Amino acid sequence: MTTIDTARLVTMFAAIANSMSADRDRLCALDGVIGDADHGIAMELGFSAARDAVAGLDTAATDPTTLLNTAAKSFLNAVGASSGPLYATALMRAAAAVKGKTALDDADVVALFQAMAKGIQDRGKAELGEKTMIDAWAPAGQAAGEALASGKDLAASLKAAAQAAKAGAEATKSMVATKGRASRLGERSLGHMDPGAASAVTVIEAMRVALTD
Amino acid sequence: MQTKKIINDGNRAVDEMLEGILAAHPRHLKSVDGSPRSIVARDGPRQGKVGLVIGGGSGHEPSFLGFVGKGLADAAAIGNVFASPPPDPILECAKAVSGGAGVLFMYGNYAGDVMNFDMAAEMAAMDDIEVRTVLSTDDVASAPRDQRHKRRGVAGNFFIFKAAGAACDRMLSFDECERIAGKANDHTFTMGVALSPCSLPQTRRPNFEIGPDEMEIGMGIHGEPGIAREKLKTADEITNEMLDRILDEMAPARGDKVAVLVNSLGSTPLMELYIMNRRVKQRLDEIGVSIHASWVGNYCTSLEMAGASITLHRLDGELQTMLDHPCDCAMFRAG
Repeated sequence: MTTIDTARLVTMFAAIANSMSADRDRLCALDGVIGDADHGIAMELGFSAARDAVAGLDTAATDPTTLLNTAAKSFLNAVGASSGPLYATALMRAAAAVKGKTALDDADVVALFQAMAKGIQDRGKAELGEKTMIDAWAPAGQAAGEALASGKDLAASLKAAAQAAKAGAEATKSMVATKGRASRLGERSLGHMDPGAASAVTVIEAMRVALTD
Repeated sequence: MQTKKIINDGNRAVDEMLEGILAAHPRHLKSVDGSPRSIVARDGPRQGKVGLVIGGGSGHEPSFLGFVGKGLADAAAIGNVFASPPPDPILECAKAVSGGAGVLFMYGNYAGDVMNFDMAAEMAAMDDIEVRTVLSTDDVASAPRDQRHKRRGVAGNFFIFKAAGAACDRMLSFDECERIAGKANDHTFTMGVALSPCSLPQTRRPNFEIGPDEMEIGMGIHGEPGIAREKLKTADEITNEMLDRILDEMAPARGDKVAVLVNSLGSTPLMELYIMNRRVKQRLDEIGVSIHASWVGNYCTSLEMAGASITLHRLDGELQTMLDHPCDCAMFRAG
């Protein structure tokens, strides 16, 4: 069984930030089709700020909860936008989910992950099928939980989550947006992947690699 | 290919712009100590007055901070380009302008702005500052008539903020300021048209594609797609198409009075705006609606996007009083 400590979470934020930088222009282009073309910028900025903030912490003296709250606050203040409150809430819920622990076992990490999905859903008040990042995050959270419950380890659980997120993001192509900026498009949003769902896949995949490889 | 911009560093564009604005308007504006993205009127906030905080993403200049000053907004929270400010600078604005009579948050209806301003309102409540929110939803193209509450706020902010700012400056009660702000929104209707895209300083890539002979009616001020893509028409035809939708909703009677705003989305020049305004006047004359006042120019832009919007603000006695109330802002003066 893997245990994830604060130092490992620091590397996780570095990995997510790297992935976001690499993915920035693709996400902006996706957003340009149905939104305002800034999603990649916001995601890169947010996770870079989170990475820098947690890199400055003394990992020996910091528990995962403090680290995640630090990441949440720095993401929020760097970005604003929609992704700021959504990911900040995700990270604050993740922080709450592992409160009091110094090292996280498989079940803790899955709980952290599911809390992120729940936080995004609560803050954004979006339901499945509304063509938002929830269409990637909700199935990912559910898949991780189910995999763990069926006896899978963290690597397999996060793999299931990443696959579910990817399928969810693909499915947004056939959805008509009813929430967020693209909702004013109605039918014209059909055929395009939601950029928030696309970036969720990137975040989740980066987390999977950083926490299990 | 990257677009051409006079910038130093795309990531520093907003902060460098703010430095330039504060350098140009020291008599009107200052930033809150320790919160450079919270811009406050030097003259305006005072004890017993309802504070008015506006805000939103950058890239719409002179919106929002150009409308900060005595008689209009007390403060503006500044976001990244086309992105809502986070809660902290909004909260700092609320604290800076709170005169014990409540603080009104006013901004365009966008999911990101709503989340960040709501979080700031919750934080302000913990500091015993009562916040109420009035969203602007003047963009006729952005949702059907029966879903007005879902519409975007665009250039009509100018009239909506103006009315609310006047109400606050006249020391009206929190209830009255809130009511007048909401009424001003109900009386304001905007339609936009875009001819060419803008590009964010960080990417310097056009944020949407449009053919050389095309226009998009109803496009949003962040390049959100509109309601119809058509071949470019004449100024009179475009103005007619926009006004038809506005007038259909506003349903003015002969003898009604309006204020007019013909606004550039960035790179469309005054010449073209005045040609549109000429047609607006002709159309309103035809139906017996009189124009109390007009503004033509850059009021709510979308970086270097080409295009324009037309806003009609239907006046009654009260809204006319608010519109005529003097104000003295960094980038706008009246009365």
